[in-house]
Amino acid sequence: MSGRRFAAMSRFNVVSLALGFAFLYLPIVILVIYSFNASQLVTVWGGWSLRWYTAFFNDEAMLAAAATSLRVAAVSATLAAVLGTLAALALVRGERFKGRTLFSGMLYAPLVMPEVITGLSLLLLFVALGAERGFWTVTIAHTTLTMCFVAVIVQSRLGSIDRSLEEAAMDLGCGPVKAFVAVTLPLIAPAIAAGWMLAFTLSLDDLVIASFTTGPGSATLPIRIYSEVRLGVKPEINAICALIIGAVTLAIVTASLAAKLSSRRGGNAAPM
Amino acid sequence: MEALSETTPQASAGAALPLLRIDAVGKRFGGFTAVDDLSLDIKAGEFFALLGPSGCGKTTLLRMLAGFEMPESGRILLNGEDVASMPPHRRPVNMMFQSYALFPHLNVRDNIAFGLRRAGVSRVEINARVAELVALVRLEGLEKRRPEQLSGGQRQRVALARAVARRPRLLLLDEPLAALDKKLRDSTQRELLALQRKLGLTFIVVTHDQDEAMTLADRIGVMNAGRLVQVATPRQLYEEPRSRWVAEFVGDINIVEGRIEARDAGRLRVTTQGAGVLTALAPRGFGDVADVCVAIRPEKIRLSQRAPADNSGASTINRLEGTIADVNYLGSASSYTIALDGGATLRASLANAARVNADAYAVGQRVTAWFSPDDCVVLDR
Repeated sequence: MSGRRFAAMSRFNVVSLALGFAFLYLPIVILVIYSFNASQLVTVWGGWSLRWYTAFFNDEAMLAAAATSLRVAAVSATLAAVLGTLAALALVRGERFKGRTLFSGMLYAPLVMPEVITGLSLLLLFVALGAERGFWTVTIAHTTLTMCFVAVIVQSRLGSIDRSLEEAAMDLGCGPVKAFVAVTLPLIAPAIAAGWMLAFTLSLDDLVIASFTTGPGSATLPIRIYSEVRLGVKPEINAICALIIGAVTLAIVTASLAAKLSSRRGGNAAPM
Repeated sequence: MEALSETTPQASAGAALPLLRIDAVGKRFGGFTAVDDLSLDIKAGEFFALLGPSGCGKTTLLRMLAGFEMPESGRILLNGEDVASMPPHRRPVNMMFQSYALFPHLNVRDNIAFGLRRAGVSRVEINARVAELVALVRLEGLEKRRPEQLSGGQRQRVALARAVARRPRLLLLDEPLAALDKKLRDSTQRELLALQRKLGLTFIVVTHDQDEAMTLADRIGVMNAGRLVQVATPRQLYEEPRSRWVAEFVGDINIVEGRIEARDAGRLRVTTQGAGVLTALAPRGFGDVADVCVAIRPEKIRLSQRAPADNSGASTINRLEGTIADVNYLGSASSYTIALDGGATLRASLANAARVNADAYAVGQRVTAWFSPDDCVVLDR
């Protein structure tokens, strides 16, 4: 970013930029500040305190929900990274594979499908199959949603890689699998990492699909928070939200750094 | 065509096999025939160029030699062994890609060592070989750089070093100099030739640039529509094209159509459309056809203001009267377009041998264009 461009901005631009950022981030900043509130009441400031963070770390049910969420997110992001990468490979490299256009259209469908519909249809599927709803049903549901994001990210990276790189590796003595591992995989690794991060974040955030597909005893953190809030907002929620914001920010920053690294290596841009 | 007839299996029975024999190889993509029943022999140590317009199948042929495409028919014999269906990583053949295909995540050293590592060469030997190759292509001090930190010429040299690292029997080069600018191309051509001589490797280069093919190759195979139309040395290709297509494809040429009137003492007299009666050397083994065309290279035509005096039995010299219609100054030479009185148009190229003489002929000036019958090539229409 050039400082010169900032210097050239008019006062109007500066004000509108400030207002825009304030609209987006002020609520979050207030929430983080209030998470350090000593007061019992959410809306009244009572001085700085780590009281609600302590309360959260002593709240067994809430901690269990957080642990479930992290496990679901980690497992579904990993599954999504593997499946999404395979799907991207099929789409970019599978020139001879017949239903490519259909498949690529279907891949984008979950991106635009309202979550309620995805959640409901998965619920119907699990009920029809007689699957016991819990950790695995949520994980599978999140995987189906997030693998599309991974596939889209990896696909664009893969498309920008010169096909003759793999041919060169084969020419120099690698079998097809070895050529993929030695050349293609290192080049798309940053995109896969970015996809994983995004999948992790999406899974951690999701309330709608999780609430359709979860069962007793495996409530995720957003479900838990939502049910608490319905009974009235406790300041403890602020502390949890602040922690989640921290985690998500970290994940997004890492993902975009990975994507940047990926595009710098290969010359062409990856999304994000 | 002699080079083609050599390749029939019967002809070579008992004789030493060439390094590479392409035997009646064909390849189609859908309804498009990329390579059509093509046969060719390449000798060990040869620098061979495949020349042709884009889409003529030369790259497909190269990719079949590398193993990236499988031929539908025919055999590819490398040292007598049929490698047509052998996967690329098993072939003792390496390729230098048009895009160079350097691995962006590896530095210069690791790019060059890539093939050696796969071949299970010991670490000590890899180090020695890489150092040798780096010196050979003059990349000392750049071993730790990544491809993106190199110039185009340096990348080309890394690609070359990587391709020769495994000491392949046959090195395939796909448009090796196309990505370089003109100045760099000239010096790189000389380096490529020196390297080939030094390593004693057999090179097959695919190119659409005839100057490149002429400069580099011992022999050139001209391809059109999936077939080899002529295989010859650069000189033969230019001076003795076998067909009108080759004559027009390689270099600049004037072509006039006509009918053979008389044959005597190895000379043909051809009545042309628009250029009068021309005398031309009868080509060896020319069939009994009447409808022909006469081809003459622009630099073989001389111009003068008056008809040249007939001396030393030059009575058969072709003389054509005309008017200069256009002059193009090109630096080392000038190109003149002459509207002949007979109606045809002729292009002549004259070296600008002296500085002040450059505009010897001006548009509208009457001239006589003359050339020897030996410089005319008679071709089948």
